[in-house]
Amino acid sequence: MGIVLAVFAGFALALVAPWITGATGRATGWLYSLVPAGITAYLSTFIAPVAAGETMRVAYAWVPGLNVDLSFYVDGLSLFFALLITGIGTLIFIYAGAYLKGHHHLGRFFAYLSMFMAAMVGLVLADNLFTFYIFFELTSFASFVLIGFNHDEAASRRAAWQALLITKAGGLALLAGFLLMEQATGTLQISAILETGEAIRDHGFYTAIVLLVLAGAFTKSAQFPFYFWLPNAMQAPTPVSAYLHSATMVKAGIYVMARFHPVLSGTDLWFWLVGGIGAFTMVLSAWLALQYTDLKGILAYTTIMALGALTMLLGLGTETALKACLVFVLVHAFYKAALFMVAGAIDHGVHERDITKLGGLRSKMPITFGAAVIACLSMAGIPLFFGFIGKEIIYEATLHLDQAALFFTGAALLANVALVASAGLLAIRPFMGPLNDLTSHAHRPDTGLWFGAAVLAVLSLGLGLAPWLLDSAILAPSLSALMGAEATPHLAIWHGFNLPLALSGVTVALGVGTYFAWTPMRQSAPFRALERWLGTGLDNGYDHAINGLLATATAQTNFLQNGYLRRYIATILGTTVAVVGYTFGHFGFEGPVLSFVGIAPYEWILSLLIVGGALATLFLSARIALVAALGISGFSIALTYLMYGAPDLAMTQFLIETLTVILFVLILAALPTLSEVASIGHRLRDGVLAVATGSMFTALMLAVLNQPFENRMGEYYMQYSYSEAQGRNIVNTILVDFRALDTLGEITVLLIAGFGIYTLLRLKRSKTSEKVEASRASEQVEQLS
Amino acid sequence: MDADLLLILPLVLPLAAAVLALLFRNVPRVQAGINLISMSGVLAVSLGLLAMINEQGIQSFASGGWPAPFGIVLVADYLSVIMLIVSAIIGVAVAVYAIPNIDAERVHFGFYPFMNLLMLGINGSFLTGDLFNLYVWFEVMLISSFVLIVLGNTEDQLAGAVKYVMINLVSSLFFLTGAGLVYGTAGTLNMAELALVLNEVESSGLVTIISMMFLISFGIKAALFPLFFWLPASYHTPPAAVSAFFAGLLTKVGVYAMIRVFTLLFTQDIGYTHTTMLMWVAGLTMVTGVLGAAAQNDFRRVLSFHIVSQIGYMIMGLAIYTPLALIGAVFYIIHHIIVKANLFLVSGVAQRLGGSFSLKKLKGLYAHHPGLAILFLIPAFSLAGFPPLSGFWAKLVLAKAGIEAGAYGIVAVAIAVGLFTMFSMTKIWVKAFLPGSSDPDAAENDATERRPMTMGTRLMYVPIAALAGITIMISVFAGPVFDLAERSANELSDSSAYIEAVLGHEESAADPYTRLDLDRRSGGVHAP
Repeated sequence: MGIVLAVFAGFALALVAPWITGATGRATGWLYSLVPAGITAYLSTFIAPVAAGETMRVAYAWVPGLNVDLSFYVDGLSLFFALLITGIGTLIFIYAGAYLKGHHHLGRFFAYLSMFMAAMVGLVLADNLFTFYIFFELTSFASFVLIGFNHDEAASRRAAWQALLITKAGGLALLAGFLLMEQATGTLQISAILETGEAIRDHGFYTAIVLLVLAGAFTKSAQFPFYFWLPNAMQAPTPVSAYLHSATMVKAGIYVMARFHPVLSGTDLWFWLVGGIGAFTMVLSAWLALQYTDLKGILAYTTIMALGALTMLLGLGTETALKACLVFVLVHAFYKAALFMVAGAIDHGVHERDITKLGGLRSKMPITFGAAVIACLSMAGIPLFFGFIGKEIIYEATLHLDQAALFFTGAALLANVALVASAGLLAIRPFMGPLNDLTSHAHRPDTGLWFGAAVLAVLSLGLGLAPWLLDSAILAPSLSALMGAEATPHLAIWHGFNLPLALSGVTVALGVGTYFAWTPMRQSAPFRALERWLGTGLDNGYDHAINGLLATATAQTNFLQNGYLRRYIATILGTTVAVVGYTFGHFGFEGPVLSFVGIAPYEWILSLLIVGGALATLFLSARIALVAALGISGFSIALTYLMYGAPDLAMTQFLIETLTVILFVLILAALPTLSEVASIGHRLRDGVLAVATGSMFTALMLAVLNQPFENRMGEYYMQYSYSEAQGRNIVNTILVDFRALDTLGEITVLLIAGFGIYTLLRLKRSKTSEKVEASRASEQVEQLS
Repeated sequence: MDADLLLILPLVLPLAAAVLALLFRNVPRVQAGINLISMSGVLAVSLGLLAMINEQGIQSFASGGWPAPFGIVLVADYLSVIMLIVSAIIGVAVAVYAIPNIDAERVHFGFYPFMNLLMLGINGSFLTGDLFNLYVWFEVMLISSFVLIVLGNTEDQLAGAVKYVMINLVSSLFFLTGAGLVYGTAGTLNMAELALVLNEVESSGLVTIISMMFLISFGIKAALFPLFFWLPASYHTPPAAVSAFFAGLLTKVGVYAMIRVFTLLFTQDIGYTHTTMLMWVAGLTMVTGVLGAAAQNDFRRVLSFHIVSQIGYMIMGLAIYTPLALIGAVFYIIHHIIVKANLFLVSGVAQRLGGSFSLKKLKGLYAHHPGLAILFLIPAFSLAGFPPLSGFWAKLVLAKAGIEAGAYGIVAVAIAVGLFTMFSMTKIWVKAFLPGSSDPDAAENDATERRPMTMGTRLMYVPIAALAGITIMISVFAGPVFDLAERSANELSDSSAYIEAVLGHEESAADPYTRLDLDRRSGGVHAP
C-alpha cells in the first residue's frame, strides 16, 4: 500500500498544484519538494531489506481479463532508479521554484513536473508489462507538455511535438515487443518474466522482441539515429532539461534495457546491436558537443554521450560493465544535473548561455562557480572525484572483454577525451576571465538556484573520496538484479598503477589538448561537416520525413476523396463488381442451364425494350430524351411484373415510373441543356461498368434461382391471413399485420421525406441547388490547400 | 418492468417525442425539453434492459404476436443493449448541447423531431431480429439524417448532403438485393432462423457470394475503404451538434450490422469472408483514413477521416474473429462512440470561441480556455490510444487478439496507424490550442474576433465534460467494461443462445421446420 501511495503522491500533487500555487508564493518550490523528499525517505526504508536480499511486491487487479495488474515490485534495480528519481526530483523541485519564481503558470508547471515524477517512479517500480508501458508513455506525455511549456515560441512547439512523435513511435514498438514477450513467456508479470531464464532467448520471437524493445529504448534514451530530438528538447525551461532530459526520463530507455537484461542479453545480436549503437552514439555525440557554444547545447550532447556509454555497457554485459553502468548512472546524474542547474542559474542571472559571450562570473556567483568546478572535475574524471571512479571501471570493463576489447576501449577513450574538453569549456569559459558588458550586470542567484547544484557537488566529491559507501547498500542489490545473479561489487579509490589509470592519464592529457585547440577545431571543415550531417542533418531529415508523409497523404486523399460524386459511385460499383466477381471466381458459379427455347415473342419484345432503353442512355445527350429512354426501361419492367402474376407490384411500379418521369421532366425543363457532353471514352467506361454491374446482378439472381425454394412464409400467410389476421388480401395482411413494423417504418420515412422537402423549400430559400456545383469546387479547393 | 415493454420503448419514446415535438413546432423550449426527456428515457430503458439481460439472458419480443419466423421479432442481446446504451448517452449529450448550438430557425424547421426519428431508426436497427426490418430502419435513419444534414440549406450542406444521400442509396440498393437473395435462398428473413438455415444451404459458396452484397452495403454505411466517400464529404457541414450525433452513431450502426450478419449469418467460410476479405478491408481502411486525416486542415475534416480510420479497428476485431478479438471490437465501439462524438462537440465550442473550424484560423485556445484544452486532450489522446485512456485498452485487446491469432500484419498496421492518429490529434492541439505560428495567413486572422464566453457556451461544456468523464471511467474501470464486452463476445461467438431466445426452446435447435410441420399435421388453426 505504501508503494502505491509513493507512486500516486506525485499524481495527487499534480491535481492540486494548479489550484493552490497562488497561495504558496515564494515558498512553492521548497514546499512542494517535501513530496519527492517524503517519497525518497519512504523508499529509503527499503534499502536495508533489499540489501539483505528481499524483494517486495504489491498487486491489485485492474483488467483481470487481460491479466493487467496495477502491481509494483521493489528490488535492487527498481529501488536504485526510484531513489535517483525522487532524490534528484527533490532538488529539482526546489530549483524550479526559484527558477520560475513569479511565473503566472507556476502551478501548472508543478502539476506537469510532479505528474512526470510520479509516472517515472511508477515506471521503474511497475511489475506488469502493460502497467510499465502506461507509465512509460505518461513520461512521454509529461515531456511533451513540459518541452512545450513556453509554447509562445515556435521552436518550443516544434521540439515538443517532435519529441512526442519520436518517443511515441518507440513506445508503440515497445508495446509490440511486450505483446510478443507475453506470448513467449505466458505472463505479464515482470518479476516472473525475469525468472523464465532462456524462455525468450529460445523463442522464435526473440529477434523481433529484441528489435522492438530496443526501438523503444533507443528512441527514449536518444541513441543514434533517433537522438536529434534531445538537443531540441532543450527548449524546455532548464529545470525540465535537468530533470527529464538528462537525469531521469532519458534513462527510462536505459532502465528498459537494464530491467530485461537478464532475459534478453547474452546473444551476439544483443552484444553488437546494443554495444555497437551505444559506442557509436557515445563517440559521435561527445565530439558533436564540441560544436556548440550554447551551454545547454553542450550539456545536451554530452548527455547523449552518457546515454550512449550506458547503452554500450549494457550491451557488453560483463559483470564489470554492468557495475560500470550503474556507477556511471549515478556519476552522470550528479554532475549533469548540477551543471544544468548551473547553466540555468547563469541564464537566469545573465540571460545569455553562449560560452563565447560569457566570462568572469566567478565573482558574481561564487557558490555556483564552486559547484560547477566540482561537477566538471567529476565529469572530466579527475582523481578524488566520483567521475574518476566511473571512468576507471568503464576502462576496466572494456579492457577485459573477450571480444572486441580494443574497439570498445578505443571508443571509450575517444569519447572521454572530448568529454574532458567539454568539462573544461563548461567550468572555465563562463566563470574565468574578466567580466564583460553582459556578465557585469548579472545578479546574485537565490538560494534555490544554487542549493541543488551544491548538494550534488558535495555528493560528487564525497563519493569520489569514499565510494565504498555504495557497495553493499546500493550497488550490490542493484547489480544482482541487473545480472540476475548474486554479486558483491567493491568500489575503491585506488587500484594501483594499472592500465585503466594510464588510460585516464592519457584521456586527461588529450582532453586538455583538445580544449586548447577548441576554437580552430570547431571551425574546421570536417567538424562542421560532421555537425551539418549528423547534428542538424538528422533533424532536417525528420522534417523531410514529415513533409513527405504529408505529401503522400495529400496525394492519396486528393485521388480518393476527389469531390466528384460520379467517381465515387463508379468506384463503389467497380469495387462491388470486383469483390463479387472475385468471390464467384473463388467458389465457382452454379447457375441453371440457360435455354432460349420457348420464349414468347412478346417476352422478346419486352426484353429488347428494357435493354434498348438502357442502351439508349449511353448515346443520347438531350435530357428529355434520356428521361424518356429510362422511362421505356422502367415501364417495360413493370409490364413483366404484370405478366408474371404480381399485379400489385406492377401497379406500384407504374405509378412510380410515371411520377418519376413527370418530376424529371418538370425539373429538367428548368435547367439549361447539357453543356458538357461526356466523351466517347468516358461513356464507354461507364457503359462497361454498367454492363458489368448488370451482369453481376444477373449472375447472383441465376445462382439463387438455381436453389430449391420452399415457400414456407407464403404458406403460413395463406393459412392464417383470413383466420387470424382477418383479411382476404394476403398482401394487405402482410403489410398491416404480419409485418406491420415494416410499414410503420416506411410511413415514417414518408413523413420525414415530406417534411424534409417542406423544410428544404422554405428554409433560407435564397440558396438554391445551382450552387451545388460551385460548392463542390470549393470542396476541391479546400482539399488542395 | 415487463421485458416486452423494455424492448419496444426505445422505439416508442423517440417516435412519440417526434410527434409531440412536431405539435410544439413554435415553442423551442418545449421541444428541447421533450427531446431531453425522450433521450434520457431511452437511456434509462436501455439500462433497464441491460439489467434484465444480466438476469434473464437474451430478450425477444414478437411484434403483433406473430411467432418467429413469421412475424417481426425485436431481440436484445448484449451487443444490442450495449449499442443502445452508448447511443442513448450520445443522445442525451447532444440533446443538451443542441440547446445553445442549434439556432431558432433550424428548431422551427424540425431539428428535434428529426433527431428523434433518427434515434428511432438507430434503435430499431439495434433491436430488430429481422433482416428486412433492418433495411426499413436503415431507411428511416437515412432519410432523417439526410434532412438533418441539409437542414439550414447552406451550400456546403447541400453539396455534402447530395453525396451523402446518393451513395447511401447505393448502399440501400445492395442491401435490398442482398436481403432478396437471402430470402430466395433460405426462404426466411428472421435472422435467428437464417443462422440455422444458411448453414444448411448445399451450395455454401453461394451464401458466401451473397454475403459480399452485405459486405458492400454495410461497408458503405460503416465507411470502409474504398466506400467511405460520403462521410468526409458531409460530416463537416451541419452544426456541431448534428455532426457529433452522426459521428458517434451512424457509421457504428453500419459496424453493428456488419458484426451482426458476419457473426450470426455468414460464418460458412471464415477463412474467406473474415480472414481474407474483412482483414484486408480493415487494414486498408485504417491506413487510408488516417492518411486522409493527416492531409486535412479543418478541425472536423480531420475528425471525419479519423472515423474512417477507426472503423478499421472495429472491423479488424471482426476479421480476426476469435472471442478476444470480438471483445476488442465491442470495447472499441463503446470507447469510440463516446470519444468521437465528444471531439465533434469540442470542435463546436472551439468554433464558437475561436470563430472557425479551420486549423489555419484557430489558435491559442489553450491560453484563454484551459478547461476546454483539457477536455479536448482527454478524448483526443484516448482516440490516439494513449495509455491508460480508453482507446489504449481497446487497441491493446485487438493487438493481443491479433498476435494470438498470428495476424501479425494487421497488428503492425494497427499499431503504426496509432502513431499517425497521434500525429493528427497533436496537430489539432498545436494548431488550434497553442498560439499561432508566423503563418502569413495568421495576420488577417486576428481580425476574426475572439468571441466571449456566454451562458450558451458554458452549457455546451456540460455534455463535453460528462463524456470526458465517461471516457475516464472507461479507462479506470477498464476491467468491468472488458467483462461486459466479453459477455457480448461470448454471445457473438456462439449464437445458440440468440437462436434459442428467438425461436423458442424445443423446436429450434435441430430442425427449424418442425414447428410448421406440427401445425400442418394437426391440421387445425394454431393460435399464434
